[in-house]
Amino acid sequence: MSEYFTWLLDNAGQVTALFWAHTKLAVIPLLIGLVLALPLGWASRRIPRLYTPMVGLTGLLYTIPSLALFVALPGIIGTKILDPVNVVVALTLYTVALLVRTVADGLAAVPEDVQAAATAMGYRRFRRLVAVELPIAVPVIAAGLRVAAVSNVSLVSVAALIGVPQLGQLFTSGFQLFYFVPIVWGVVLCLLLAFLLDAVILLVARWLTPWTRAAQA
Amino acid sequence: MKRTRLAVVAGLVGAALTLAGCGGSDALAPDTSSAPPADAGTIVVGSANFPENVVLAEIYAQALQGKGLNVQTRLNIGSRETYIPSLEDGSISVIPEYTGVLLQYFDKNATAVDPEGVYTALKAALPEGLSVLDMSSAEDKDAVVVTKETAEKDHLTTIADLAPYASQMVLGGPPEWKTRETGVPGLKKVYGLNFKSFKPLDVAGPLTVQALKSGIVQAANLFTTQSAIAENDFVVLQDPKNLFAAQNVVPLIRTDKVDDTVTSTLNAVSAALDTEQLADLVKQAEVDKTDPATIAKNWLASKNLG
Amino acid sequence: MIDLMLAWLTDPANWTGSDGVPVRTLEHVVYSLVTLAVACAIAVPAGLWIGHTGRGTFIVAGIANGLRALPTLGLLVLFVLIIAPLIGNDLAFVIPSLVALVVLGVPPVLSGTYAGIQNVDPAARDAAYGVGMSGRQVLWRVELPCALPLMFSGLRSATLQIIATATIAAYVSLGGLGRYIIDGQATHDFPQMLAGAVLVAVLALLADLLIAGVQRITVSRGLTGRYRRTAADPPSAGPVAGGAGSEGDRVLDPV
Repeated sequence: MSEYFTWLLDNAGQVTALFWAHTKLAVIPLLIGLVLALPLGWASRRIPRLYTPMVGLTGLLYTIPSLALFVALPGIIGTKILDPVNVVVALTLYTVALLVRTVADGLAAVPEDVQAAATAMGYRRFRRLVAVELPIAVPVIAAGLRVAAVSNVSLVSVAALIGVPQLGQLFTSGFQLFYFVPIVWGVVLCLLLAFLLDAVILLVARWLTPWTRAAQA
Repeated sequence: MKRTRLAVVAGLVGAALTLAGCGGSDALAPDTSSAPPADAGTIVVGSANFPENVVLAEIYAQALQGKGLNVQTRLNIGSRETYIPSLEDGSISVIPEYTGVLLQYFDKNATAVDPEGVYTALKAALPEGLSVLDMSSAEDKDAVVVTKETAEKDHLTTIADLAPYASQMVLGGPPEWKTRETGVPGLKKVYGLNFKSFKPLDVAGPLTVQALKSGIVQAANLFTTQSAIAENDFVVLQDPKNLFAAQNVVPLIRTDKVDDTVTSTLNAVSAALDTEQLADLVKQAEVDKTDPATIAKNWLASKNLG
Repeated sequence: MIDLMLAWLTDPANWTGSDGVPVRTLEHVVYSLVTLAVACAIAVPAGLWIGHTGRGTFIVAGIANGLRALPTLGLLVLFVLIIAPLIGNDLAFVIPSLVALVVLGVPPVLSGTYAGIQNVDPAARDAAYGVGMSGRQVLWRVELPCALPLMFSGLRSATLQIIATATIAAYVSLGGLGRYIIDGQATHDFPQMLAGAVLVAVLALLADLLIAGVQRITVSRGLTGRYRRTAADPPSAGPVAGGAGSEGDRVLDPV
């Protein structure tokens, strides 16, 4: 056991850098994905004819293996081969794929009488969306975000196979050396990061929806 | 109230993305060295995906850093087929290479086999924009190895001895061996060997060692510097026809990154390194599990190059 | 790039031999099926028991989410290093890879199963007990059929993930379509890599369609409401909509 802690202390600087890089590679696509998914999800909710193609198309994205996307992107969007942007773009696609449907379903779950009441109170379409529908959809969207966050953390590590530094590099270098210690720490730190992101999203969602607790109290 | 909270979150998300955007890809780049973000003056040292190359890259990086240069590292990039393009597109500036395989990468019909001949031919074969600095006397050759039992049973001492048995043998090696001139095609062309099949494993790593040990493959590609060979009583088959030409360690660098400081620093490293020390560096990484950065630091200190 | 990939896909040389597309596809299908079968053998009974008894929901939901967060690549290399030296034959790298994929497949099936059972309309359950069914009968005749839509949703999610992720098993020398991606990367052969990615995507789509077909046959029309649909009804929002699941229970993950 002490071997594990000695290693961590010896490599604290490098591990911290990898953890931070991993965090950025997982979180940035999550935020961009959310920003992109909101209008797309809203559109597929507003225009029922868009829903099935949109959900189908984004569902199609899931079937592309992440490794393939990481390596194919430079050929498609003209980035450099080792550019971490490839990872960000790939994970953004997955995040959007997951969230478009979540956003659409979340908005669809807003009760019709609530919408009618808001309209009756004089809310125009955009204000009604921002002030009424979106807040009510927060729990559903947050649930989707949590799934996306957790799976992003796992997917980022695959990018180690193409030499993008993050915690996954502990897997590949540990593997080459037949050395368990870095691999185990890599897994532990990935779990830790996933739980941290999950907790942050949960807390933000709770903070955004004070009425859910008021109702329970 | 609700709206303001949502606005706060929206603002934070926007701010975070702006920050990430302003930093551009630099914000995503790893801070594995304490250097400032990459710019024209920064040297990015890359490495292939096997421990020896990572250690050599660390040595280059720390030696250059010792001269006050801005250095970043991009380790474990992958195979030559991946990192040469990344050298060409400027993602990395310099990488530790091996003369013979590098020559064959650029010139599939290269015939030179001795260290000097290979080095001269390599310099002529390099594409525009890439240069090599001085080569080291340290050599790490690709090798075809078999287990001691196989070697004794079939009386194998050279690769040529495999000829009668190859059709019943599975050859193991890194995936790129399937198409590389110094891999399956070369073994066929130079030694006339047609293996039963080729199993793509890893770059002389645990898969290869494990597969050879357990008989999943009967012959495999390892590196001559690896202690796994002696540890497992593997037998390195001699290469009388010089399929694997001289493989001296040499820095491959973008020509626009060459200057006097870089040249003198890396040449000093190459001059100080020899095959025995290289094997010892590999042992420190693969057997003692010492961190490559630490191995590099100690070696540089022992040579007064840090 | 795309035409080079099409050239690769239409080159007859790539469709024959031990590394031809048919063999690699078959390997991929076998890995995926074995993994999926093992994952279901673990997750379905566990999910049924938890959903039926309501015991351990909190812990199991936590474990399922925790499993989801485990990086598959990390598990893969860890299991290979631990298990491979113990086996010593051709399965040395296959078994650890399949174990890592099973870990990936369990959470969606498990969550889908127990959420499906838990979301069964309490009135239906009460009615079943009311007509004198035993706990076992309620589970098999009422809860299970009602839970099928969500169970299928979990199964489809697991299938997609396993098929897409089985590609990284090529990193530890396995066959399957991932070979084209890993080998293509090692030799910087983009067309081969793209072709591999397309083949995986096509395989995943076919598998998804197949399961959707099975779902259509097995799920009671009383749940899907298909026999009632008229032209005026909006199109069903995927397999789960209108079924037992609340939106928050969706078990779809990216892969």
